Amino acid sequence: MATITSEIESSIAHTLPAGDFVLEPLTGADDNNVDLIAVVRVSIESLWAKKMRSFLTMLGVIIGVFSVVALLAVGSGASNAITSQVQSFGTNLVVIAPGSITNRSAGFSGPAQTMTLEDANAIAALNLPLKGVAPQFNGNTRIVAAAADKDAAFVGAAPSYQALNHLVLSSGSFFDDSQVRNAAPVMVLGANLAKELFGSGQAVGQIVRAKDQSLQVIGVLATQGGGGFGSVDDQAFVPITVAQQRLFGARTPDGNGYRVTAITLELVHGEDLPAIQQRIQILLRERHHLKADGSEDDFSVLSQTAFLSTLNSITALLTTFLAALAGISLFVGGVGIMNIMLVSVTERTREIGLRKAVGARERDILLQFIAEALVISLVGGLIGLVLGGAFALAITLSGALTASVSPGVALMAISVAMAFGLFFGIYPARQAARLNPIDALRYE
Amino acid sequence: MNPVIISITDLQKIYHMGDVQVPALQGVSFEIRRGEFVAIMGPSGSGKSTLMNLIGCLDMPSAGRYQLDGVDVEQLSGDDLAAVRARKLGFVFQQYNLLPRQSALRNVEMPLIYRGMPATERRHRAGIALRIVGMGDRMDHRPNELSGGQQQRVAIARALVGSPSVILADEPTGALDSKTGIEIMRILQRLNREQGLTILVVTHEHDIAAFAQRILHISDGKLVRDEQLQSNLVA
Repeated sequence: MATITSEIESSIAHTLPAGDFVLEPLTGADDNNVDLIAVVRVSIESLWAKKMRSFLTMLGVIIGVFSVVALLAVGSGASNAITSQVQSFGTNLVVIAPGSITNRSAGFSGPAQTMTLEDANAIAALNLPLKGVAPQFNGNTRIVAAAADKDAAFVGAAPSYQALNHLVLSSGSFFDDSQVRNAAPVMVLGANLAKELFGSGQAVGQIVRAKDQSLQVIGVLATQGGGGFGSVDDQAFVPITVAQQRLFGARTPDGNGYRVTAITLELVHGEDLPAIQQRIQILLRERHHLKADGSEDDFSVLSQTAFLSTLNSITALLTTFLAALAGISLFVGGVGIMNIMLVSVTERTREIGLRKAVGARERDILLQFIAEALVISLVGGLIGLVLGGAFALAITLSGALTASVSPGVALMAISVAMAFGLFFGIYPARQAARLNPIDALRYE
Repeated sequence: MNPVIISITDLQKIYHMGDVQVPALQGVSFEIRRGEFVAIMGPSGSGKSTLMNLIGCLDMPSAGRYQLDGVDVEQLSGDDLAAVRARKLGFVFQQYNLLPRQSALRNVEMPLIYRGMPATERRHRAGIALRIVGMGDRMDHRPNELSGGQQQRVAIARALVGSPSVILADEPTGALDSKTGIEIMRILQRLNREQGLTILVVTHEHDIAAFAQRILHISDGKLVRDEQLQSNLVA
């Protein structure tokens, strides 16, 4: 080996040129700006040299950005779906619910403390421009059929409820006014509920039991679809009198009437909303003996528009919350970058010493390592973004939701990833920049 | 007579190790003129490495004056020292210190990055520097594809690429067999004679120091002898 080396050496020695090649002297007047392309190139080469390690470090960022992007895409898709679903019911619906929406002590479908059937009748008696007034009493209980039983949400309603909510029957019929008046033990099932209780068999005409009452199925709704919250497909509909008297015992404390959980109104003209809202408020305050001294309403008038904006703010809050959770994984990815950068600084101590010896300033070294952290976070962020976009596309193609990544979200995710890269890259980069070149050159 | 390029007056360096003060350099004075080939010799622990670090602007003296090519560097620190290193000095190390994943050409052009030179000009100069040391046909080789002597030639090319005032070689033959070591000294001698470069070699081997024109003998942190060689060895 030694002889081969010296042979090569001597062969080169013969070709050692004399004064043919001369380096022009350099004047001191050169600028201080380091070639950024060279810096980025060195960064990429350093990362490429440790492919596995760089990839694993990047994986933290990839997962973080992917989660943020995917969640925001699905979140905005869900929000759009809810909006369009609610709007499909028609925008002229107003729901009056017991309890104040501001103190939130009573929920939208919570136990009715204050509103009665008489309130509904009084509203109807005002002869406002309404298509219908539909009081409602909701509750939950178990339905026992011959082959299966199932917990279900009951909607006790008037016949007008069907038209108000655009419910379509696949078989049988909806209950009528006389059945409501007589508290006839009949019910209409949502499509899913019917399938779960009776399979593919005929549901109409069957008798089921709920709260020790026998109820006859007189109709089954067509699938309304859309999934979503509290789907109509999973509900059971009974005459309101049945819900109040036979199932849930909704007699008022004074024993003279029955409570309701909601009164739904359909306006003839959407623009009548403020006037009607005001008229109903006066009526109900009077009926509930609320003083005019500014005491709070014990009921809430919810228009579909207000309902929509509430829903949207809830979805937005939920999406933000989930994205923030995903942001934590991005943060952890940043810690991973810092960890691997510290290892890299230690491993490359001699290289840093050499670069400083040949004239690199502290900020040149700083820039080099920050560039590496930024390359990791940028590449990781881009991969995460592409995966997040692919996920959104897959969700959309599956038909569940229309999820899409907006340019704003993409920009935000990449910026946040790079901000984390910068934040976690600075400390190791400073460690590197501050190395003493003498010690660094001797480092083994 | 050529102008003075290194002027050192009563240079001192004291290391503080806890409460103990270790004087590594206790007042050294000498001048080196442009175009000289000087060896700094001394046993390990004599302070020659300390002197080398000070001349190389890698460290600051505790006292004394040091002028390099007209610049008072003893007061400089941080980025100013880095700028002096980039413009006035070229280093050659015992262990070559080449970047393992980069070609000879890219190793040689590396110092020019820190002078803000555009890539094409960097490559042009690096190519010339490599041809000067006889490595013109191996520019694309990586260090692990080169022998020790070839790697040291690349390192010499890297030292001279920025047209430094002085080339500092710290035990440049220490990791090589004697025949290859002589090859390296021949290159340094040629650079000195043909390109007029000022060269400072630190060594503990008299055989290597004998290639220089002048030997500064350092012992116990002092300059004990300044020897002009009447007839130095020609490699």
